[in-house]
Amino acid sequence: MKTEYIKLIDTTKCTACRGCQIACKQWNEMPGLRTKQWGSYQNPPDLQWNTWTLIRFQEYADNKGGFKWLFRKDGCMHCTDAACVKVCPSGALHHTEFGTVGLNSSLCIGCKECISACPFDIPRYNRETDRVYKCDLCYDRLRNDESPACVKSCPTGALTFGRKDDMIRKAHARVKELGGDANVYGDKFVSGTHVLYVLEENPKIYEKLPRNPSVPFTVTVWKDILKPLSLLAAGGVVGGSFLHYILHGPKLPDEPGQEKGGE
Amino acid sequence: MTNHYCDIKNSDCILIMGSNAAEHHPIAFKWILRAKEKGARVIHVDPRYTRTSARCDYHVPLRSGTDIAFLGGMIHYIMENERWFKDYVINYTNASFLVSPDFKFEDGLFSGYNAEKRKYSKETWALQKDANGIPKRDMSLSDPHCVFQLLKTHYSRYTLDKVSSITGVSKENLLKVYEEYSATGVPDKAGTECYALGWTHHTVGVQNIRTMSIIQLLLGNMGICGGGINALRGEPNVQGSTDHCILYGNLPGYLKMPTASLDTLDKYLEKCTPVSKDPQSANYYQNYPNFFVSFLMSMFHDKATKENGFGYSWIPKLDDGIHYSLMHLFDKMYQGKIKGLFAVGNDPAVSSPNAAKVRKALEKLDWLVGENIFDNETYQFWRGPGVDPKKIKTEVFLLPASASMEKEGSQSNSGRWVQWKYKAAEAPGDAIPVGEITIKIMEAVKNLYKVEGGACPEPILNLKWDYTDIKGRYDALKISKQINGYFLQDTVVEDKAKGTKTEFKKGQLVPTFGLLKADGSTSGGNWIMAGSFSATGENKMQKRGKDDPTGLGLFPNWSYAWPVNRRIIYNRASCDIYGKPYNPKRKLLEWVGDKWVGDVPDGPWPPQADKEKGKYPFIMKQDGLGALFGPGMADGPLPEHYEPLEGPLAKNPMSSQLNNPAIEIFKSEMDKVANASEKFPYVCTTYSCTEHWCSGALTRWQAWLLEAMPELYVEIGDLLARDLGIRNGARVKVSSVRGAVECVAMVTKRFKPFQVEGKTVHQVGLPFNYGWLFPKDGGDSTNFLTPTVGDANTFCPEYKAFMVNVQKI
Repeated sequence: MKTEYIKLIDTTKCTACRGCQIACKQWNEMPGLRTKQWGSYQNPPDLQWNTWTLIRFQEYADNKGGFKWLFRKDGCMHCTDAACVKVCPSGALHHTEFGTVGLNSSLCIGCKECISACPFDIPRYNRETDRVYKCDLCYDRLRNDESPACVKSCPTGALTFGRKDDMIRKAHARVKELGGDANVYGDKFVSGTHVLYVLEENPKIYEKLPRNPSVPFTVTVWKDILKPLSLLAAGGVVGGSFLHYILHGPKLPDEPGQEKGGE
Repeated sequence: MTNHYCDIKNSDCILIMGSNAAEHHPIAFKWILRAKEKGARVIHVDPRYTRTSARCDYHVPLRSGTDIAFLGGMIHYIMENERWFKDYVINYTNASFLVSPDFKFEDGLFSGYNAEKRKYSKETWALQKDANGIPKRDMSLSDPHCVFQLLKTHYSRYTLDKVSSITGVSKENLLKVYEEYSATGVPDKAGTECYALGWTHHTVGVQNIRTMSIIQLLLGNMGICGGGINALRGEPNVQGSTDHCILYGNLPGYLKMPTASLDTLDKYLEKCTPVSKDPQSANYYQNYPNFFVSFLMSMFHDKATKENGFGYSWIPKLDDGIHYSLMHLFDKMYQGKIKGLFAVGNDPAVSSPNAAKVRKALEKLDWLVGENIFDNETYQFWRGPGVDPKKIKTEVFLLPASASMEKEGSQSNSGRWVQWKYKAAEAPGDAIPVGEITIKIMEAVKNLYKVEGGACPEPILNLKWDYTDIKGRYDALKISKQINGYFLQDTVVEDKAKGTKTEFKKGQLVPTFGLLKADGSTSGGNWIMAGSFSATGENKMQKRGKDDPTGLGLFPNWSYAWPVNRRIIYNRASCDIYGKPYNPKRKLLEWVGDKWVGDVPDGPWPPQADKEKGKYPFIMKQDGLGALFGPGMADGPLPEHYEPLEGPLAKNPMSSQLNNPAIEIFKSEMDKVANASEKFPYVCTTYSCTEHWCSGALTRWQAWLLEAMPELYVEIGDLLARDLGIRNGARVKVSSVRGAVECVAMVTKRFKPFQVEGKTVHQVGLPFNYGWLFPKDGGDSTNFLTPTVGDANTFCPEYKAFMVNVQKI
């Protein structure tokens, strides 16, 4: 593995200009689709196959009479312990040399396993292409020593990109500077994400942000325990068959006319 | 801007009022955040909690159209609590000047008002002068006729209770802002103000800005790093277009458009050239004839001679007392008095107030020419909603224009930095720059005149427009050089003080406007741009040096800032009268030995303590000092609160004058007004959003932007929505006495009701970025709601405060 990188999202510097949301579409050549005004600045209303990053707008009134308009850039967190990579049967989802989670669309078979496995509810399916889409942190740009398109577009410095250790340090330093409820989100679960947040409020306040994200138990049970076991079992079946062959000889076809059915 | 974008980082307290900076100046906002990172307080005062509020230290909601009351209260607070910067106020403002004893202010009216004409005559607003013609001063500031005392008396009426009741701002919030902002009235602190259309779009727009200018002068915040009054202009190139006279009353470089009664050059120059008898006032506009004659030379070159007044008679004249603003044009058009219209890069059917009247007016035209990169609602008015194309006589032409990235040229930012840019892509199809379209049309007109003759041929035939390259295409560099100006004769410039002589050959570029002459020996299309080239032709707008020797973000070698590359204007006011910086930590300028060191100073003269050679710092003012008292205004020398043309109150709490007495009232049958009406109980304001640009005529066609902000909405407070039974996302009708639009309700906690004069007043707001042409289901123009009325000085329309009703559909 080459050097690991992290994208840091400092929500305290975000003005929700949505330059990142548009830059992402531009770089990744995703179309703009017709939406409806639904009573919010947040549009499209959620992540979708053509929208890999989305600014979430949330009006939050605390119990002390204070009011805040919270902006959170949502998108793939690029987990180290990535459930999507674990469940992907085709190898479309994979870890890259930067520690990020890449998606090779041409290998996707549209099984949607990743969608149910992702603790952050990120991957989106497109019925027309029968494929799943998500942010790959601009893998093509990273390979050319360029920062992701969203980071490049950010005018305020809310988005920054750099080496993993540096960014973790930077995030904690910023939180210390901010004080109050500010916190770093992302470095303490799924073995660390490659997208970190500096949140101004407690994570539980943010819509659609899991408090303790983890690889789903079923995925862990299936992929980490049952799958090796199943391989063992599969091996047992092959071994057993061979033993059966040695002991009992080949199984011959039944005589014609003895088949069931056909009535 | 008196300062510039990078300089905002130097501020200790930033008041964002009249602007939604984060949404409309998203790139510039980083400098505000940078100041905040360094510990500056950032305060947002605005009717609505916006994306700007979210990034400020706090947000203070105020009722639309009450900014003068809010700021008047701050002046009162500064006076009462002795927060003003004494050294600065006494030395650098007109606080000590004595005003005529006949000057009066009674019940909302200044002396000299003519109710029939809705106009002031300003004789009584004059300053008292001594036998030598120099303004009389009382340095103790105690004379009852001195500006300081007039100011104090005037704003003593703006008590906390009164202001709170008018603005709907709580007294706690008022005090918090007053206290924090006025803390910058000391030598080592700087406060700045950022405004935009939230201040100009009012019948008291200019006076909103004047009120803040008074505060900035009282606190010593003008001419210093991190201070100033900063109009945030943006992508529409408002700075560049105003510099180059987009306003009808201006010629390039803020020279004045002549009126018919000034029928000779001498009369015009006498009227426009200020005279000061005070030897310490630089009165820089005494050079007006140099700038104006050089402008005429750039237009007519060798056809302009001393004998023919340098072609003065060929310049069009405004009729005396007649105004030509956008609203006046459409009013005249509506009356059938205008036959043809060039609508270049604009979409007035969406963006102008009272859109129904505008669209009706367009039907009266014989012809309409559009120049744009996209089609829009104006060019398509003849088949708009409710219009029968068969009944429209207007012939419409649409000429495809290049977008800004498809052409080379200069672009000016708010900080007066004029930056050269290159063509990034070829324009599609037949599109060409609008400059080229203009030149081609003019060539055709010239030929018609040559062949067929016509009325008033001289201005057309004598016009020197040699702005094409060898292939006959528009050449931005050529026109920029003419804007800068040329020596038309060999010239020797002698500097007696330095004992030097510099020779310039005929055809060389004028390196600074100080060398422009009124004798026809120089040309200069726009005097403030003289110096954008060196004499040998170096284009300073192309400079990209990143060095910052002062560390204050002046970047003197990045592009060219007018005037003469000065980054902060009135910068000599950053030092005391001996030339020592008030704030040594942010040393913008200092008088060292026999010269100024730092930014390009406002003139080379010594500081004003030198009674012989020294000059006052506000060199563009006739009297050389910052104007607390401003007799140049049409609506009064001291700002006063008046209600918007359409508001929730039947009576102005400050006086018997409900509205600004000097505004013009338009009287067509489509100019209805419903003040304090039960039918239209809610205050309404209009604005833009980050995702779209102005009328949306450019951005609505962009699928990514349209996806992000797809259609018209009205932001409505959750309490009002509950009362009206309106759910978030429901379709509603918003109506004023002039018209109605249908849109989606965005129910929000970001609009709170105001307590105004003992009653609850709700405010709502809509963006003006949508029109019927595209997208088809995106809603039509918000300007069906807005009134045809504007500021008393500029006629900038009152888009920001009027009354509506909101109903469920």
